[in-house]
Amino acid sequence: MADKITLEIPRYSPERDTEPRFEAFEVPVHKEWVVLDALNYIKDKVDGSLTYRWSCRMGICGSCGMMVNGEPKLSCATFLSSYAHNGNKVRVEPLRYFPVVRDLVTELSDFLHKLKAVKPWLIRQQEPPLSEGEFLQTPEQLENYKQFSMCINCTLCYAACPVVGLDPVFVGPAAIALAQRYNKDSRDQGAEERIAVLAHPEGIWGCTFVGECTRVCPKHVDPAGAIQEYKLKAALHWLKSFVTPMGRTTKDVRHEAGND
Amino acid sequence: MDASSHDILLVGGGGAGLRAAIAAAEVDPKLNIAVISKVYPMRSHTVSAEGGAAGVVKPDDSLDEHAYDTISGGDWLCDQDAVEAFVKEAPQELLQLERWGCPWSREPDGHIAVRAFGGMKKRRTWFAADKTGFHMLHTLFQTTLKYDPIVRYDEWFVTKLLVDDGRVQGVVAIELMSGKIQAITAKAVILCTGGCGRVFPFTTNANIKNGDGMALASRAGAPLKDMEFMQYHPTGLPFTGILITEAARSEGGYMLNKDGYRYLQDYNLGTPQSTPVLRSMELGPRDRLSQAFVKEDQKGRTIPTPYGSVVHLDLRHLGEKVINTKLPFVRELCLKYQNIDPIKELIPVRPVVHYMMGGVSTDITGATPLAGLFAAGEVACVSINGANRLGSNSLPECLVFGARAGRAAAAFAAEQKAPDHKILAQASDEKDRLETQFLRKSGGRERIATIREEMQKTVEQSAGIYREEKSLAEGAGKLRELQERYHDINLDDRSRTFNTELEAALELGFMLDVAESIVQCALHRTESRGAHQRTDFAARNDQKFLAHSLHYRNPDGSSRVEYLPVKITRWAPGERVYGEPAEKPREDSPAVPIRRAS
Repeated sequence: MADKITLEIPRYSPERDTEPRFEAFEVPVHKEWVVLDALNYIKDKVDGSLTYRWSCRMGICGSCGMMVNGEPKLSCATFLSSYAHNGNKVRVEPLRYFPVVRDLVTELSDFLHKLKAVKPWLIRQQEPPLSEGEFLQTPEQLENYKQFSMCINCTLCYAACPVVGLDPVFVGPAAIALAQRYNKDSRDQGAEERIAVLAHPEGIWGCTFVGECTRVCPKHVDPAGAIQEYKLKAALHWLKSFVTPMGRTTKDVRHEAGND
Repeated sequence: MDASSHDILLVGGGGAGLRAAIAAAEVDPKLNIAVISKVYPMRSHTVSAEGGAAGVVKPDDSLDEHAYDTISGGDWLCDQDAVEAFVKEAPQELLQLERWGCPWSREPDGHIAVRAFGGMKKRRTWFAADKTGFHMLHTLFQTTLKYDPIVRYDEWFVTKLLVDDGRVQGVVAIELMSGKIQAITAKAVILCTGGCGRVFPFTTNANIKNGDGMALASRAGAPLKDMEFMQYHPTGLPFTGILITEAARSEGGYMLNKDGYRYLQDYNLGTPQSTPVLRSMELGPRDRLSQAFVKEDQKGRTIPTPYGSVVHLDLRHLGEKVINTKLPFVRELCLKYQNIDPIKELIPVRPVVHYMMGGVSTDITGATPLAGLFAAGEVACVSINGANRLGSNSLPECLVFGARAGRAAAAFAAEQKAPDHKILAQASDEKDRLETQFLRKSGGRERIATIREEMQKTVEQSAGIYREEKSLAEGAGKLRELQERYHDINLDDRSRTFNTELEAALELGFMLDVAESIVQCALHRTESRGAHQRTDFAARNDQKFLAHSLHYRNPDGSSRVEYLPVKITRWAPGERVYGEPAEKPREDSPAVPIRRAS
């Protein structure tokens, strides 16, 4: 392991730049250091204007996603030493397919909008009073949706998804996985409402099953699996719709998804 | 300058803030409620809580037992009326979260499962594997999305509370994305900004935990309570400070010294058994376990590492199945950050700064003494945690007192007129301050990171697990010097767009204030109680200090510490006993007369 490594980082500020320009920073390599430690070293000791998000440093808050040598990674969970051989350079860039606010900070409002669009809350026809106690749910029923509940909203899957790159209105892997997290929850009764949002071209049909989303997920969520399950369900729903019209127009659906 | 206006403004979008927002929205759907946070809500530090949330739910348990464990665990510094309200409402709040979809771990028959936790005599800790805070926060965040009256200011940083006519009427905040500095007025403001672990060098706390709300309240004239009580969690990974949850010990993990000996038996915590015994050994309270580590270290029975001495947490005997189902995050964190597998290897751990028991002083509704200002969660001190919080009480605290503060703020807001426009002049002054002190300042020689590191070292050396007058007085002097030097900081970054260096500078200012309050409160409390251990005053002194410290910032920047008697309802102060059957709660004991400290 080399004792120094160079980080190449695209610098961009809309007040100053028309396009990003790369800067190189040499930092020490310690075996415990992750890529984020190197960024903090630069900010503290070399250039306080380097701009990035981070918070928990334990892979759970989802703030610090970046492209590290072209791969979407949580920078707090990626050891610097893994890159300390290959010409001693590592390129750290903002997550792909998102607008860049500044340096390594991406714009997330569209992602937040998509999360909300899938109605990620428990939908019930009737709500019994609290005095009746908890909804029973066996460990097997919990297991049925649990992996989809592990998403930390880090957006690495969007940066990995070629469809997101081609079609920015695609709802995208994390939001679809979240919809499926509630659909598969034995306490939920909202699957019909959610399918109305997702069963249109920008919902799930855009996905071409590349499976990159699942591969890069740091929490082992399987958005590709969620999309596949959803497509099957939506196809059945679509067939059913010839018998019972949904009573909604494409325009309504687009409006609910916030895509108009 | 720009301004926007709401009925209720939540500062902080973690567990307490989101719970408060929903509670206010349910009081009156017509209320205009805003949540302002320096991060997106799902990044809030509630996300890192692992082990669980306590609430009496099983037939063998009772509210009084939860109250007694909490009060004795807090070394009798808890306000007992607050604890009684807390234990009563905690199960309902946890149940409400179940109704909102929280994926609580379950018994085979589908009922809620509970686990043992440190200092608790009964199994009453609800959990979602070992990512309880993560699941609670995401459930709350996703649930808030269905409430239209709740609007969000994501990634806005609050720099000041606006006070006029003796009443808090809003805030000044910077929109990070644009750099815009704006007044956001409200009839009531609720602080839910969490703790201040980053004042110390080695902490489980996220980078965002800078005591913002404590400093904002203090500068606005509200008192901070019990700031000398900082909890060290006994099991943090060296270097990173990543927390290994107490649930690892509830499931049966052992604490071992360098000889593989379960050393806690030498510190009045009971005798070792092969399976966990409640309120005993590894399931003792956090203050006692962290103090035992220091003693063991002094005896030379710990293991030296480049990042300080460690002992070992041994989970190997639990087996792969228990570790994978009950402690999957512990395994993930050990594998990813320490490169060890707890199924086969010992986990190196050392005490790590974890939780501030003190905070902005509130009553049991969440109201501070400053009209219009409320607080809930770690930023607040109600106080249910006293001198030492029990593990798994902080998550339900966020829910119970978040909801209470939300309801109280809604009732208060209903009685108020809209904020006066003259408040905007104050906001304009604050904008000028930010411009002249930071963004347009020329010169300046100090780096933020240098002052921050010196502050952290100072606080650790003067107000660590054990304290004494000399080191505290030296620490206070050094902090005054750092306050002076802070005025001479220089920013590399003068731009408006997402200026994280400006944010770090303002956070450092907050932390310096909070550090001062910790050291001053510790200096004035000449006794030992819970997490506050004075080597020069080793005994608890109920005659003088059965009282909360109240730290006030004077207009000239100096500070003073006063005392407020602890509220005793049914449990007279007693000895804290662990490792033996706990003494029975004295149900009918009369309230004891309280003497105020001079």
